[in-house]
Amino acid sequence: MAEVTYLEALRQGLWEEMERDERVFILGEDVGSYGGAFKVTEGFAKQFGEERVIDTPISEAAIVGAAAGAAHMGMRPVAEMQFIDFISCAYDMLTNYVATARYRAGLPTPMVVRGPCGGYVRGGPFHSQNVEAAFFHTPGLKIVYPATARDAKGLVKSAIRDDDPVIYLEHKWLYRRIKERLPEDEEILTPIGAARVAHEGNDLSVVTYGATLWKSLEAAEQLDKDGVSVEVLDLRTLLPLDDAAIMRSVKKTNKLLIVHEDTRTGGLAGEIAARVNEQAFEWLDGPIMRVTAHDVPLPYAPTLEDFVLPQTGDIVKAARWLAAY
Amino acid sequence: MASHAAPTAQSPTIPAGLSRDQLLEIYRYLRLTRTLEERLTALYRQSKVVGGLFRSLGQEAESVGSAYALERGSHRDLMSPLTRNLGSMLVMGAAPIQILRQYLARAESPTGGRDLNIHFGDLERGYLGQISHLGDMIPVMAGIALAFKLRREPRVGLVYIGDGGMSAGAFHEGINFAAARRVPLVVVGEYNHWAYSTPPRKQFAVEHLADRVKGYGIPAVSVDGNDVLAVYEATRFAVERARQGKGVHFIEVKTYRRKGHAEHDDQHYVPQHELEWWAKENDPIDRYVQRLLGSGWAEEQELKEIDERVRVEIDAAADACLGEPAPGPESALADVYGDPPAAERLWFRSV
Repeated sequence: MAEVTYLEALRQGLWEEMERDERVFILGEDVGSYGGAFKVTEGFAKQFGEERVIDTPISEAAIVGAAAGAAHMGMRPVAEMQFIDFISCAYDMLTNYVATARYRAGLPTPMVVRGPCGGYVRGGPFHSQNVEAAFFHTPGLKIVYPATARDAKGLVKSAIRDDDPVIYLEHKWLYRRIKERLPEDEEILTPIGAARVAHEGNDLSVVTYGATLWKSLEAAEQLDKDGVSVEVLDLRTLLPLDDAAIMRSVKKTNKLLIVHEDTRTGGLAGEIAARVNEQAFEWLDGPIMRVTAHDVPLPYAPTLEDFVLPQTGDIVKAARWLAAY
Repeated sequence: MASHAAPTAQSPTIPAGLSRDQLLEIYRYLRLTRTLEERLTALYRQSKVVGGLFRSLGQEAESVGSAYALERGSHRDLMSPLTRNLGSMLVMGAAPIQILRQYLARAESPTGGRDLNIHFGDLERGYLGQISHLGDMIPVMAGIALAFKLRREPRVGLVYIGDGGMSAGAFHEGINFAAARRVPLVVVGEYNHWAYSTPPRKQFAVEHLADRVKGYGIPAVSVDGNDVLAVYEATRFAVERARQGKGVHFIEVKTYRRKGHAEHDDQHYVPQHELEWWAKENDPIDRYVQRLLGSGWAEEQELKEIDERVRVEIDAAADACLGEPAPGPESALADVYGDPPAAERLWFRSV
């Protein structure tokens, strides 16, 4: 069992799929000999050749569109957005072309669009975004968001093998911060559509994903000391949501706090709350509450960013308030 | 009046290496396109067409001539049409009844009633369904051509774009990507003078669409889009060049949209004398007939027989289509994903 970072686990997952399946290829900005802005594809061009690790112009719509075309032809492209903030430049291609292809034309489009997301890194308004809500509303896309090294590897492998288009969101704050021992002789495949209980508890449920999984786990540890038992559910896949896992946890603890790094209005927490209301209303012993970023573009200065984003202390206070309700 | 005898030693040589049978086949596709659209217009006026009706009147030659230059057959060249390329789809093997089913939203339509008009594809036959967002098919076809190149398949992609669509960002991203990677792609730019109601002078500051494309480092030529053989010849050259690994080629076809954007559009913004000139002096089918007869490549009677066979074929297809059922409502839930196979049926439908 070697200890690997979240980034290394992602890299291993991509590498293994490139080795396993010659239909898999990577395209994106600076992914080739440079190895990607965060070095996720370092060494890939040398190993697999520049035909399978394609440096592209700065053209996100072309990157995603070309990936879709190649996918129609039976290839398994993995398109990298250098920062996920730039996926908005390919929004039309993803929502209008890719997401509808199977439904309107019977065209399978097995492709992955991946890229570094998220804040807590002083990236400012255009290198810190979370984009899940923009695509969550689009039938035909799947969205995964690993929080652990194991899932970084297991979800990228599953995403590449999936017959539907998958947006794979990776958190840059976790890239080198998270380390985990992963078995070397076992193939890791995290199923798409399955959440995971990251911490067992009885008094309330925290449903979260991405970087705020770790902040929620920190909060759960602190609350344990106060005698508040928190269950933390890591969604791992955002589209489709694992309703069964969410309801199971809510029916066990009877209280729900939803935590995400993305802004509040129109964020995923609203949809999760609506589903719990529809499917588990009678089990609730308190209001469904949210801890999210404030509804502003993400600012650069540490004092500002720290204020805007949800912090461990915020989760502790919110959970304590809800537990006492 | 020209001689209507069969070709003789005195007839001009048929251009572009085409045979007499191929000339007649091209004529059949031109006639099939126009007759099918005329039938669709009649169905539209009877309120049988569910949505809008998009005509390609006056543009049949550039569609048929360009698609006819592709290698057709199972898993050969691949083409992505726009809404005025009905002729291209017929050349690639789309059946008139499929077009009728699409417009009439029948269960057996290629998209099962999910998408409209000629928005459908058949990858095996060699055409890819378009979406309405102009420009988007350029990057997608660049990716298809990239797959051909990566797998070293001797296949070529062809994609259409209009004078309107060429202002969309995806067009420029896609053609630059394709040019930089030298993928086997032919781009046909249709200069039909109208982007819905907007004329060229409000869209761009160049005279020829080809001038806008030369900056991408690829060959760009302009041809008479209403001369079906000229379009065929230019496309054939570009397709074979692409097949030899020489990269992207742009062909501007000069033509004219003689109907409104769709059938509802009365074209009040179009100068009447322009419409009359293009109809009387530059109709692509009239011009082709004159050339066939004038060069002694075909006899009038042969063309009349083709017209009649086309009419019978379209009549039969329309009659068959009119009797077909609409899609079952719940089929709307299937095939959003490969897995899960169907979207959730919402609770209020069962209360």
